[in-house]
Amino acid sequence: MVGNRLQKFKYLVNEALKPGSVVTVSMEIQLLFAALLFLTGLTGFLVRRNIIFMLISIEIMLNSAALVFVIAGSHWMQADGQVMFIFILTVSAAEVSVGLALILRMYHQYKTLDADALKKLLDRKETENP
Amino acid sequence: MNTIFYIAASVALVSSVMTITNRNAIHALLYLIISLLSVSVVFYILGAPLIAALEVIVYAGAIMVLFIFVVMMLNIGMEEESEKNLLTPKMWILPSVLALILLGIFVNISGVFRHEKTSTGVIDPKQVGVSLFTTYLIAVEIAAVLLLAGIVGAYHLGKQKKKAVHRFLVAPPADGGKPVTKV
Repeated sequence: MVGNRLQKFKYLVNEALKPGSVVTVSMEIQLLFAALLFLTGLTGFLVRRNIIFMLISIEIMLNSAALVFVIAGSHWMQADGQVMFIFILTVSAAEVSVGLALILRMYHQYKTLDADALKKLLDRKETENP
Repeated sequence: MNTIFYIAASVALVSSVMTITNRNAIHALLYLIISLLSVSVVFYILGAPLIAALEVIVYAGAIMVLFIFVVMMLNIGMEEESEKNLLTPKMWILPSVLALILLGIFVNISGVFRHEKTSTGVIDPKQVGVSLFTTYLIAVEIAAVLLLAGIVGAYHLGKQKKKAVHRFLVAPPADGGKPVTKV
């Protein structure tokens, strides 16, 4: 019983590592996966108020957008999708470094990571119960 | 092969959901690393081995280490004051409904791709490199400028400002030596 399952697992792994074999799931499903990943990131961005988690959600969204480029590139057998992934990687690295520096500044100034603490631009008077 | 795609995709989705619902920042980052690794598996079986390697090296390696360093520097506790009601439905229901509406629109229009053929081969790194340094050469140079701007910006924002304290305002040490200027 166990040996049978092991054989099956070995077969799956061999199948996965065989050079030149690619997935044949329809593009619709692949794009649905990317969309679900993006919407997870979007929901996290809207719900969380901790600014580090907001940055993490942006990372999830950028990653899923890059996934769409790679899916399209593999669909039409063009290298352009992967090139675009490299550019998205560059943009994301620059964004994260500047964003984390800003978070450090915010923490030094306000002693909190709550995004709602930054309300100096708020126009109306502060109320007790917003 | 398709089984592996489904397994990797569900692991990525579950760990992404765990990332955004976790209260502890370090745990959320570890879940995010799992998510990135499984997306990297998806890249590999989509026929993009270079991208799979870059995802592991740059995303899970470099960017996540940056995040973890900042979380450790700030010494973040379990939860912020404003996120006490994080897991109540009131906080989650509106963003989830908005996301589901977007998902419905996507599912509605995605029938366009239904009759297309699926991918059949691997795009090797050589093709990507040739395309990167011929067709997209100008974009590579612009990306270099962007990274330079990122370095300068992060350095400038992360610099600690020296506080200037007048020497008469600094209390002299008890043994009567030179006053120590606070930095």
